[in-house]
Amino acid sequence: MTSKVRQTDLARLYRAKSGRILAYLVAQCGDIQLAEDALQDAFIKATTDWSVGTLPDTPEAWLITTAKRNLVDVWRQQQRHQTLQQQFAIDSLDSATSDEAQQEIPDERLKLIFTCCHPALNRAAQVALTLKTLCGLNPREIARAYLVSETAMQQRLVRAKQKIRAAGIAYAVPSGEDLPTRLASVLAVIYLIYNESHTAFEGQTLSRTDLANEALRLAHLVCQLLPHPEANGLLALMTLHQARQQARQSAKGAYVPLAEQDRQQWDQTQIAKGRTRLIGALSQGNPGPYQLEAAISAVHCEADSWHTTDWHQIVRLYQRLYELVPSPVVKLNELVAAAQIVPVNDILKQLVQLESALEDYQPFHAARADLSARAGQPEQARRDYQNAIRLSRNQVEKAYLQLKLTQL
Amino acid sequence: MQYMALIYAAEDADDVDLNTLIQQYTEFGEKAAAAGVLVDDGNALQPVSTATTVRLRNGKAEITDGPFAETKEQLGGYYILDCDTLDTALHWAAQIPSARYGSIEVRPVMQFD
Repeated sequence: MTSKVRQTDLARLYRAKSGRILAYLVAQCGDIQLAEDALQDAFIKATTDWSVGTLPDTPEAWLITTAKRNLVDVWRQQQRHQTLQQQFAIDSLDSATSDEAQQEIPDERLKLIFTCCHPALNRAAQVALTLKTLCGLNPREIARAYLVSETAMQQRLVRAKQKIRAAGIAYAVPSGEDLPTRLASVLAVIYLIYNESHTAFEGQTLSRTDLANEALRLAHLVCQLLPHPEANGLLALMTLHQARQQARQSAKGAYVPLAEQDRQQWDQTQIAKGRTRLIGALSQGNPGPYQLEAAISAVHCEADSWHTTDWHQIVRLYQRLYELVPSPVVKLNELVAAAQIVPVNDILKQLVQLESALEDYQPFHAARADLSARAGQPEQARRDYQNAIRLSRNQVEKAYLQLKLTQL
Repeated sequence: MQYMALIYAAEDADDVDLNTLIQQYTEFGEKAAAAGVLVDDGNALQPVSTATTVRLRNGKAEITDGPFAETKEQLGGYYILDCDTLDTALHWAAQIPSARYGSIEVRPVMQFD
C-alpha cells in the first residue's frame, strides 16, 4: 500500500460509501444535517490524516468512528439544552465507538430514501436530496445537472432539511397501508433521475451516463432492501431502456428513433437481465404501472424489426396501463402503437380529443406530425413539427425534428 | 360564547425583534388571562415552508408540499393534533370530513424551550 492517499481515491470512496455511512449516522442522531456535518468533518480529517500516514484497514469503520466522535462533541457542546433521552443516546454512542471495526453496520439507506422522497417535500427537493444524501453527489454537480445555480441548489437542500426537521418527517420505512403510495413516490424520483439522463447538457461534470447509473444504483438498492414487484418493475424497465441506449444515437450524435434503430447494437445481455427481473416481478400477480411499461419495452426488445413487432400485444398493454393510470400521455402512446395496425386516419380523429390536454407536450406534436405525413397531410405535419421543435428542450431531439420537417 | 382569534401576518413583517415580540405576546397573554377572557394559551405555528397539505380524493390521501392553493377555500376551523410524526398527523388529517372535498393544511406548532 502506498503511503500517500490521493484526493481522487477519497472522492471515489466518498461516492461509494457516504450514502450508507450517512444513513447509519442519521439512524443514530435522527437529523440529516447533523449527520452530514459529522461525516463531512470526518472526511476532512481523513484528507489530512491519511495523506501523511497509511490508509486504515477498514476506511469505512474509521470514518464511522470519527463521525460518531464528532456527533458526540457537538452534543456535548449543547449539553445544557439536552433532554435525558439525548443524554442516554450520547452515552451509548460514546461507548459504542471503540468496537466499531468489528461490527458490520446495518444498512439504513431504505429509511433515508423514504425520508428524502417523502411527498411532503416537493419533487425538485426530493430529487436533490436523494442525489446528495444517497448518491454522495455535491450540490455543484446536482445544480449543473438541473440547470440551476449552485446557491439555489444549496438553498433547496437546506430548506428541505429544515422542513424534515421542523415538520417531524419520520426517518423510517412507512408502515403497511402507507407503503404503496410512499414507495410510488420513491420510484417516481428514481425514474425522474433516470429520465433526466436522456436530456443533453453541455459543459458539465456530471454526464448523462452518471445520472443514469445513479438511478440504476438507487433502483438496485431499493430492490435489494425492499423487493416489491413495482420496484423490480422499474429496475427492469430502466435495464431494458439502457440496453437500447447505444442505438438511440448515431455515430455523429444524432437522435435515432426506435423504428430506425440498428437492433444489432442492442445489448442482449442487459435485455435478458431486464426480462428475467420483469418475469419475476409479474409472477407475483400484482402488475403495476412500471411492470406494464417494462412489459411494453420487453415486447419491443423481442422484435427483430419495427415491422415484426407484436403491436396487438403492445396496444393491449397500453390499455391495461390506462386502466391504472388514466392519463392522456398513456392514451397517446396507445394510439401511436395502434396506428401500426389500424388506419392512420382513424387514429388522427381520436388524437383530436387529446389536443387540449397535451397542447404543451412535445411528443404529442411530434407523433401527430408523423401520422399526418403518413396520411398525406403535409400542411398539418408541418405545423405539428414546428410546434414540437418549439417545445423541445433537447438539442439532439430538436435537430431530428428539424430534419423530419425538411424531409416533408 | 367563545371566539377564536386567528393571527394573520406576513411572515417577515415583524416591526420588532423576536425577543421583544415574545415579551409582548407574554404580556398580552397575562393581561388577557387575568381578565378571564383567555380559554387556552394559544399557539404559534412554524413558518409556512413547513406546511404540508392533504386532500382525500377517491379514498386516497394526496399529500403535497406547501400550504393549500385553492383561493376559494377559506379557513373554517382547526384541530390541534398531538402526534409523534408528520405521517401520523397526516393520517388523522385525512380523516377530517372536509378532506374529501377541501384541503387540510398541517403545520407544526412552534415549541419554545
